Amino acid sequence: MIEVQNLHKRFGTLEVLKGVSMTVEDGEVVCLIGASGGGKSTLLRCINGLESFQEGDIIIDGVHLADPKTDLNAVRREIGMVFQHFNLFPHLRVRENITLALRKVRHLSADEANEEAMRQLQRVGLAEKIDAYPSQLSGGQQQRVAIARALAMHPKAMLFDEPTSALDPEMVGEVLGVMRELAAEGMTMVVVTHEMGFARTVADRILFIHDGVILEEGPPEAIFDHPREVRTREFLSKVLNV
Amino acid sequence: MGGTFQVIREAMPQLLQGLSITLEISVIGLLLGGILGILFGLMRSSNNAVLKGIATVYVELIRGTPMMVQAIWLYFALPQIVGFYFSTLQASIIAITINAGAYIAEIVRSGVQSIDKGQVEAARSLGLTGGQTMRYVVLPQAFRRIIPPLVNQFAISLKDTSILSVIGAGEVMRVGQIIVANNFKALQIYSTVAILYLIIVEIISIISQRLERRMRVD
Repeated sequence: MIEVQNLHKRFGTLEVLKGVSMTVEDGEVVCLIGASGGGKSTLLRCINGLESFQEGDIIIDGVHLADPKTDLNAVRREIGMVFQHFNLFPHLRVRENITLALRKVRHLSADEANEEAMRQLQRVGLAEKIDAYPSQLSGGQQQRVAIARALAMHPKAMLFDEPTSALDPEMVGEVLGVMRELAAEGMTMVVVTHEMGFARTVADRILFIHDGVILEEGPPEAIFDHPREVRTREFLSKVLNV
Repeated sequence: MGGTFQVIREAMPQLLQGLSITLEISVIGLLLGGILGILFGLMRSSNNAVLKGIATVYVELIRGTPMMVQAIWLYFALPQIVGFYFSTLQASIIAITINAGAYIAEIVRSGVQSIDKGQVEAARSLGLTGGQTMRYVVLPQAFRRIIPPLVNQFAISLKDTSILSVIGAGEVMRVGQIIVANNFKALQIYSTVAILYLIIVEIISIISQRLERRMRVD
């Protein structure tokens, strides 16, 4: 379970998160929506310790991120993260992209790591690309490899930071398809996204984030069909009517 | 013209002997300078203020003073502090080492910093430590990018060894000066010295182009 308590994050004098509290239950899919610059990505990056924060706490299965004694590496290896720009390692083949952390962090043998890489690649439908370099793959394929790389660590939860924003439109579907399957398998997921169709059909809960706070939250039907806040209505009318 | 070739032929054994010392100073100096450069380059790109400060002072000190002054200082001034003399060869190798080290540190730093932040974030998000991220993700990519400037530095340092003739390490420039002092054939001898440097630098340049081409295939 992920619990965020009264989180404040400042970059210098700019306060990006102004007291955010939320919980994500095991097996739950939570989508964070809202305009750019509202703090969605920052919130996500705080959850696996890629960004520090000034006030509040994040508790992941009882581990407090605000506690200076907490080993962030240990937290990170239990939480998968998928980035907007994939961030595959360009100097390594698909296989090594996946096996690197399995070998160095999980201390698997080469054979075990290879088997795991193959298993995860089959899961995202890219087994035949195991010996390719990232530059030889399309954007959609790269993002699916990035998902496989994160899944290979058997994370307790997966964080997605706008996973389809950098993709050509025809490749969005294949990535969302993999994410849908993951959600159906019961993976705990926190997804920052502009794909409202995905959010509506896959999310258990939607959080609308505006100007550093969670302005509104609820099940997709409530947020999309009966938004309470003016800001939510404004945002939805903009993104749904293009 | 026959006289010219005669002069060069007679001088050649000594010049080649000098050239081998030039190469010895360059190769040892660059190997040690490379180690120094990687160390200080990583310190320069670290978040630790003390390490960063030490590396910055070193790089600024060396880049801000001429190598001729450094060499003369090492050979003539430093002994007054430490109480013993380096041989001219030792002083020469140290001069090239600390000089190349400072420039290589800057090459390494810029290489490390040129790697996209997302690479580090992806590695850390998988649970790799900062050190593992550096070793398996950042440095392998940075090294590919710094090979051309590194080879360029090799050529620069090799040519810079000629400055060490001021402390008389017996490298090819110094040998040329000694020969000219005896036979006054400045044109023939110094032209030959220049051509010897040129040949070595061209060989380095060809190797560098091959390396770059091979790197690009990956």
